[in-house]
Amino acid sequence: MKLGTKLLHTGYEVDPATGAANIPIYQVSMFDQPGLDQPGEYDYARSGNPTRKAVEGVLAALEGGAAAFAFSSGMAAVSTVLMLLNAGDHVVVTDDCYGGTYRVLTRVFRRFGITATFVDTSDPAAVAAAVRPETRLLLVESISNPFLRRTDIGAMAAIARRQGCLLAVDNTFLSPYLSRPLAEGADLVIHSATKYLGGHSDLIAGAVAVKDPALAKEVYFLQNAVGAVLGPQDCFLLMRGIKTLKVRLDRQAATAAQLADWLRSRPEVREVFYPGIGAVLSFRLAAAAMAGPFVDQLELPLVGVSLGAVETILAVPARHSHASVPADERIRRGITDDLVRLSVGLEEPSDLMTDLDQALAFAFAFAAGAGAGRMPR
Amino acid sequence: MKPATAVVHTGVRKEPRTGAVSVPIYQSATFQHPALGESTGYDYARTLNPTRQALEDGLALLEGGARGLAFASGLAAAHCALQLFQPGDHLIVTEDLYGGTYRLFDQVLNLEHSYVDTTDLAAVRAAVRPNTRGIFTETVTNPMLKVADVAALAAIAREADALLIVDNTFLTPYLQRPLEQGADIVLHSASKYLAGHNDVVAGILVAKDAAIGDRLAFFQNAVGAILGPQDSWLVIRGIKTLALRMEQHQKGAARVAAWLRTHPLVEQVCHPGKGGMLSFSVVDPALVPLILRRVRLCLFAESLGGVETLITYPATQTHADIPVAIRERLGITDKLLRVSVGIEDPEDIIDDLEQALEGGAPQ
Repeated sequence: MKLGTKLLHTGYEVDPATGAANIPIYQVSMFDQPGLDQPGEYDYARSGNPTRKAVEGVLAALEGGAAAFAFSSGMAAVSTVLMLLNAGDHVVVTDDCYGGTYRVLTRVFRRFGITATFVDTSDPAAVAAAVRPETRLLLVESISNPFLRRTDIGAMAAIARRQGCLLAVDNTFLSPYLSRPLAEGADLVIHSATKYLGGHSDLIAGAVAVKDPALAKEVYFLQNAVGAVLGPQDCFLLMRGIKTLKVRLDRQAATAAQLADWLRSRPEVREVFYPGIGAVLSFRLAAAAMAGPFVDQLELPLVGVSLGAVETILAVPARHSHASVPADERIRRGITDDLVRLSVGLEEPSDLMTDLDQALAFAFAFAAGAGAGRMPR
Repeated sequence: MKPATAVVHTGVRKEPRTGAVSVPIYQSATFQHPALGESTGYDYARTLNPTRQALEDGLALLEGGARGLAFASGLAAAHCALQLFQPGDHLIVTEDLYGGTYRLFDQVLNLEHSYVDTTDLAAVRAAVRPNTRGIFTETVTNPMLKVADVAALAAIAREADALLIVDNTFLTPYLQRPLEQGADIVLHSASKYLAGHNDVVAGILVAKDAAIGDRLAFFQNAVGAILGPQDSWLVIRGIKTLALRMEQHQKGAARVAAWLRTHPLVEQVCHPGKGGMLSFSVVDPALVPLILRRVRLCLFAESLGGVETLITYPATQTHADIPVAIRERLGITDKLLRVSVGIEDPEDIIDDLEQALEGGAPQ
């Protein structure tokens, strides 16, 4: 079965009791038990909820894992994977990773004795060189953020196997429609399901898919013991979003490729970052002074902290997704105010181009004027 | 403002644009920025969501704290509070503790800890070490329903330069406000009395001090174990009837406890005189499966604090993660049942338990 079909037919969509075409929202905390020696399938909703179980089944099927788990946010999913580690363990992480991942590693897990080395994971030699005897996890983003560099999952899996450590891939930017890291040798796949999986800017959610049943048991233990579970309403919305993943992403990726080409031809744009896959692109404006007027002048994109939605969302990573990375570290990585990230939505490409065209022209003129005004006499 | 008034006004007047009396459910992941470098105060819903914020502010008010925070579950809230400590720190933890919290201490977190009967102040004092940084207690403990002296524990904590964290799930701010008695942080499984309808899994932290509240908010955002908007709204909705429900739970529990004390097949009844929880042990363990099979009105399920009466077998349900030897010492035996008395007419609850106990165990 092709993934576009599987999105609608994993077998978890229909309510077994009534045949309802959508799974009911089980807004319940606990389940009445038949008897002391006959425990029911469900007891307490943190440990298991039928709505959550349905969406977890869908996620496992799409990623090709033994099991999947839904969390209250992408960061709760990342944190749960990091809790598989013990004090003294070391992690190798994609250097231009999401700012929240950087923050939780450096300011939460470091306090518990877990250390991290940030390297360019699009360079397998750099990853191999960063591995230490105590390295227990490679945590990579399939497409990094915000420079959208692609990491070779097969090469990472080979390094992980050699080291005898786990490979976790944050697959948020590509989704299982465009990339299935477990098939390429990853042990765990992480999602901010807020993004393409949910797809509508309407929920905060995270997911972890696990290849191996024994490791899945460990992740389940932590999901239940720490309790960062996804509520039933959000589980339902996530399942609803997943059904249109293919049609959304096909359209968004086609528009993104078109916009990337168009932006490369613009004099107001210095550099365009687009990996040829997915629907997020970044570009550097000709001058940092353009950023403010450019953002103010745009009419269509939402300006804010997210991506992967039906609406086009513009972010200035230095101010938004990567604001939690210390300033000197941001500058070292090239995440400055002239860098703009565009998560391309479902609008007509010509409308987006018209809007970007007028905003680029306005900001360029503004910056040129402002620059002239500061010229020494 | 009296507590019964405060609970009704939780989440009210949060929407000035339309005047909607009930806070809207903001099913939104992200918030549009007016311009670069400007924010409406809301950026990304993991960090702050207006619906969740209405609940968080409401709880801060009810508990008398500087800041409230809402989580995906009570354990997610407990886990967040314990992020304030680091390896090398020591905590004194009530020995009569919810099994899930016990599991966090024993199987997830890498923190030094001693289990102590926190109703025994001399024992708590004796357990203080130079590196003791926290005292974690439940104010009616679970499941033996012992009452800890929060003010006295606060004095010990202050002297040791440690934080006092009180799990107030069983009594709620309607019956007890630990922050006013000197605690630093109050914890709730809001799935229980606060939401009150067995329909939500949620957790709450309230910090007395703004600086501690901000540190907790950092961890809430960084680790991301937040409560979703629909569930936040349902907890607010539940809180509006908290005063009425707690009065009825308390009345019902006192009546059922008094009746159980007169029953020949009942050996011991624990009820602290406040709140809606009681536990009792029967004379013969063989009665336990019989009762659980026979109850018709009471639900046999693993939770508490809802409008319906629930009966739980702690040894295999809520406290299964605690080693047998410790369970036995605490009195969590194979003869102990815990009842979360609902808001039904107490006579119907008594009738149900009476028919379940009738005839005793099979010979």
